Amino acid sequence: MELAAVLALPLLGGIVLAFFGHRRRAAEANAAFSLATFVAAVILTAGIVAHGPLRAFGEQFFVDSLNVFLIALTTFVGFTTSLFSRPYMRIEQEHGKLTPGRLRLFHSMFQLFMFTMLLALSTNNLGILWVAMEAATLTTVLLVSLYRTPASLEAAWKYFILCGVGIAQALFGTILLYLAAERVLGREGTALLWTQLDAVKDQLEPTVLSLAFVFLLVGYGTKVGLVPLHNWLPDAHAEGPTPVSAVLSGLLLNVALYAVVRCKVLTDGALESDFAGNLMMGFGLLSLVVAAFFLSRQKDVKRMFAYSSIEHMGIITFAFGMGGPLASFAGLLHMTVHSLTKSAIFFAVGHAAQKAGSQLVDDIRGLIKANPTVGWGLLLGSLAILGMPPFGVFASEFLILTTAMQQQPWATPVLLVALGVAFAAIFGKVQQMAFGDTQVRPLPHPPAILPVFVHLALVLMLGLWIPPYLAEWYRQAARFIG
Amino acid sequence: MTPALPLLSQIINLLAAVLLLLSFAMLTQRRILSLINLFALQGAVLCLSTVVVAYTTGQTHLYYSALMTLALKVLLLPWILHRLIRRLNVKWDVEGLVNIPTTMLIGIALVILAFNLALPISQIAGTITRATLGIALAAVLLSFLMMITRSKAVPQVIGFLSMENALFFAATSATYGMPMVVELGIALDVLVGMIILGVFFFQIREQFDSLDIRHLEQLRED
Repeated sequence: MELAAVLALPLLGGIVLAFFGHRRRAAEANAAFSLATFVAAVILTAGIVAHGPLRAFGEQFFVDSLNVFLIALTTFVGFTTSLFSRPYMRIEQEHGKLTPGRLRLFHSMFQLFMFTMLLALSTNNLGILWVAMEAATLTTVLLVSLYRTPASLEAAWKYFILCGVGIAQALFGTILLYLAAERVLGREGTALLWTQLDAVKDQLEPTVLSLAFVFLLVGYGTKVGLVPLHNWLPDAHAEGPTPVSAVLSGLLLNVALYAVVRCKVLTDGALESDFAGNLMMGFGLLSLVVAAFFLSRQKDVKRMFAYSSIEHMGIITFAFGMGGPLASFAGLLHMTVHSLTKSAIFFAVGHAAQKAGSQLVDDIRGLIKANPTVGWGLLLGSLAILGMPPFGVFASEFLILTTAMQQQPWATPVLLVALGVAFAAIFGKVQQMAFGDTQVRPLPHPPAILPVFVHLALVLMLGLWIPPYLAEWYRQAARFIG
Repeated sequence: MTPALPLLSQIINLLAAVLLLLSFAMLTQRRILSLINLFALQGAVLCLSTVVVAYTTGQTHLYYSALMTLALKVLLLPWILHRLIRRLNVKWDVEGLVNIPTTMLIGIALVILAFNLALPISQIAGTITRATLGIALAAVLLSFLMMITRSKAVPQVIGFLSMENALFFAATSATYGMPMVVELGIALDVLVGMIILGVFFFQIREQFDSLDIRHLEQLRED
């Protein structure tokens, strides 16, 4: 019931806003739909925590401790993003960057995007998971090109083609998985249900499954933004409107990684070797290192934080690749704190760029003087994402590092160097933007800065103290990932 | 599975060969209009082979997916593409980034690679169509190649759609098709994707006065 609400509300919101998304109160309606979805997700979460995994609609949907936490996170960040986008999009409209028609498109697609992500998270059918991931790309393509500038059109085209090709690989992987599954489960249409596959995973044909996992990892990995499949990501983040960058970075990447993790559980069961984990560790480390070194060359602030997302996705992929309860726990925690921190940073960056009238680092100066809340938000958010204690990112990165020292000692120096390089690159640039003198214009509407600090406060809390039920919940999910 | 139906499985193999031939034809075809027709033809071959497989194996749900292929890939998508190029007035010949003989040679190499890759899988698959899995994978890679070597937006999209065709063929030959609900979802995605691309073409045209995606090369790492 709550699950139906979680899925139906954003779908309904998308349809309603497709008609009324340009009206005066559309931004409020958008926020209201997001809030209602969030409330439904909280009730759903409470139910799962109390009663354990849920299977609904003839097992087509399956919610357990792993995906319910992502559902809660997704709806929460979706809600705060809708709060942020209200003044942000209004200012963009007054700056003449948006017409009412495009605002309507934005509101409608935002809700539909939430729907596709929630569908991808809650479905039990790996085929539907693929369909939802592809639909998530489709709903955001037109959002990336919302401003219709040459650069944004190029970014959207790249996004569509690269993710389309990538996700086609994942479809081939799914077909191979089905091939292995139907030999065990028969052709009753249940052979793609994850719960069914999980029960018989040790009987699945290992050669087919290892090939399937390669295709699935490459396919969904394109959407995670793993190097060398990451080319679309910085462009799409930099050229799209900031609320879209925030949800792409904070949520979509997580959902794609979730798909990879689900497939990894099956592959591990069938192969009884570290094949899947090794692949993920390799891709993760490569992404981390490449992104860290690209960071210092970025001139566009949104592009820089997009590379930072690639870097963090690399860390998380590495953690899940290592496996084991501790590493998976750290990976899940890092997913949470990264998504909260990165969306907070994009909120702050969005307002900063609006003030300066440019996204270039060199054009943004003296934010703390001009607008203390935006400036401090950006500075604190950056410190948090760089893994400074006492923020939550420190806790999860520390955990990943110490686990790596025990399980994969060779990787530790690589991790440390990459994190150090990333620190130097981001901190140097953020410091220029935050301090110094400035003559930036005041904004016509007060910025929605509350979400930034709510997110950062949560990240801070997760760094100092993880509530016991949350820790238990992560532990359950981590056990399950293995 | 049974040797009692050698004719039907031979027909399936023949259709698979035609599909591969069409993939090569698309790779070398430079006129957009002919490219769309080839795409429609590929859809028709796909539909036919799905019907033959359905008849041979008695998998009734394959009739539905054949019907869906007919409606979507033979009729609707080519129609949309035809309308689109008429409205956008793009009739010119497509210049490739690589010349045709080289493309063909790369294509042949890809086919050999695909056959080798598919060999272990097709031994596991229990379908009568398993021999065609290599061809399906080859067609996927050839559409991939087509997307890489074309510089115009419309041929790239046709390459994308033809990759979808090839994947569908792979699903039919490896497992007699995916569950119906998944196939419906995929078809919906393809359709919505096509509509969004249609909108997108107009946006690109409006901005650059051309559909040459070489205009879309401003965003680079420097």
